[in-house]
Amino acid sequence: MLQCYIYIAVCGGTHGNELSGVYLVRELLKAKDIVMEEEREEPASVLMVLANPRAMQQCRRYVDTDLNRCFTHATLNGPISDSAPYEMTRSRELNAMLGPKGSPGAVDLVCDLHNTTANMGLCLIAYSDCDWICLHIFKHLQLSLACWIICDACLLKNTFSVAMEIGPQPHGVVRSNIYTAMKDGVQHMLDWVRLFNSGTIFEAGFVDVFTIVKNIDYPRDSETHNITATIHPQLQDRDFLLLHPDDALFQTFSGETLRYKGNEPLYPFFVNECAYYEKGIALGFGKHSETDVNYILFCC
Amino acid sequence: VSLARFDEARRVAIFGGTHGNEMSGVTLVNLWVKNGSEIQRKMVDTKPFITNPRAVEKCTRYVDTDLNRAFTPENLSALGEGDLPYEVQRAQEINRIFGPKGSPEAYDVIFDLHNTTSNMGCTLILESSKDYFNLQMMNYIKVTDIRLKSLLKASIQLVECCFTSVNIVLCDWFIAGLEVGPQPQGVLRSNIFEAMRVILKHALDFIELFNEGVEFPTCTVEVFRVLERIDYPRDANGNIIAMVHPNLQDGDWEPLNPGDPMFLTFDGKTLHYQGSGTIYPTFINEAAYYEKQQAFVTTRRETLVASAIRKA
Repeated sequence: MLQCYIYIAVCGGTHGNELSGVYLVRELLKAKDIVMEEEREEPASVLMVLANPRAMQQCRRYVDTDLNRCFTHATLNGPISDSAPYEMTRSRELNAMLGPKGSPGAVDLVCDLHNTTANMGLCLIAYSDCDWICLHIFKHLQLSLACWIICDACLLKNTFSVAMEIGPQPHGVVRSNIYTAMKDGVQHMLDWVRLFNSGTIFEAGFVDVFTIVKNIDYPRDSETHNITATIHPQLQDRDFLLLHPDDALFQTFSGETLRYKGNEPLYPFFVNECAYYEKGIALGFGKHSETDVNYILFCC
Repeated sequence: VSLARFDEARRVAIFGGTHGNEMSGVTLVNLWVKNGSEIQRKMVDTKPFITNPRAVEKCTRYVDTDLNRAFTPENLSALGEGDLPYEVQRAQEINRIFGPKGSPEAYDVIFDLHNTTSNMGCTLILESSKDYFNLQMMNYIKVTDIRLKSLLKASIQLVECCFTSVNIVLCDWFIAGLEVGPQPQGVLRSNIFEAMRVILKHALDFIELFNEGVEFPTCTVEVFRVLERIDYPRDANGNIIAMVHPNLQDGDWEPLNPGDPMFLTFDGKTLHYQGSGTIYPTFINEAAYYEKQQAFVTTRRETLVASAIRKA
């Protein structure tokens, strides 16, 4: 498989209160300014972006609407009014900056930095299972870092994109161990890009991947829609550890245990992610597989 | 004073949602508003109350201004009704319902439920070292429930802090702030929820026993007295340039000695604690305090003697 020269964008602050990415991109931008000041010649293979500055300024996930949901074909190309939500205007700006897929000067890959309150460690999320640049990057990262890979085919994106999700970290907080893990993850990814762009050949192989099967919501009160149970203490913080039928799932406020009623064991993740309460998601379930990275990849 | 006597605690309020994204208190109070049997005690009128409903609805700390800093005499007497910041209106409303201090209708005890992203365990926030009623309650809870013996801490705040100002203007007696963590804002963790619920259960039991005339003999209680706030290192533009060091992160209530790692800059340099003596840090890396210029607070560990107490 031939690819001429990969150009990658690293985005922090897509959600303004996920602080590892905010601070990391700020630092990388600062370091880049220093490099430019010293007039060192380097081919531009990385673009650093702070995606949602207004949300970052307020330390909130979003101002009007979730930026991460504004990159569908419909949202980017549909009509837009003056009173459009801030994030819809912003997604078009970002799309213009990063370039729609296939257009000249466009980035080949967007790496979107996120934090989660769930105990997911370092996790990479790809939006299709046939994205061979992503799969090669994952294979490279899995060699040296402990990381999980999730394929979520549900979110339609207009460009090759991978999310780097690290937790647990409360929103509005930067934890040094989480920041350092993200810095390492991004560094490994940039190393891969650099290696690729300087002619390294990457062999085919396999990566361990989790594919999202379904999300489930908390039990809720039919009138108020308020949740009536929490993630059970036996499940809390046990992301990526196999959950079997009849294992504890939720604990109601009156102390009752609600159990997983599916008929096959699945892997839970995004267990108790803060931002998903409003999206009606208590946790996601996935199946594990070894995905064939069956292309040998080299730069022309 | 060898024996302090107080009137019965007839009216007890339990506040949740003073910060709308601190979920344990929000959830418990909503539960008890719907069904208050768990918090009923003989001869005590317990009232669960959501103090900041708009912030709760938006799952945000506050709408216009921090409710926990809004209980100033100026705010409580401000005119302007609907033009006032939302939380100032709320402070006035809460004062009408639960106070004012000195009036016969004023509540006797108020519990204000909070969560923190800091690894503080369960902390009862006291206003002064003469707070014998709360010190005795602390002691009762720790002795009654062994699980809480090391988990429950008492902290005496700086004079200008939130709870003090509420106490001065609102409550005749006792306002006990209860801070439980670590829990991210907007998240409900079952272990944190249960811990807060159990502590309140014991606290209400204590009040019931006190009202029945039980005398609680003198006791000693370990407390942490807040000394000062330490901010993050910042650059000339006010941006944070370092994070809480991994050695200090989650080390609430553990000694921090001069020379110990304190912050880690984004490019990997360690900054050390430069104080003159050992302190006990707390509120380490609380999300809401980034905007209040506070990375953590230093405290001094003290042993207080609480005099015996009994109903008058």
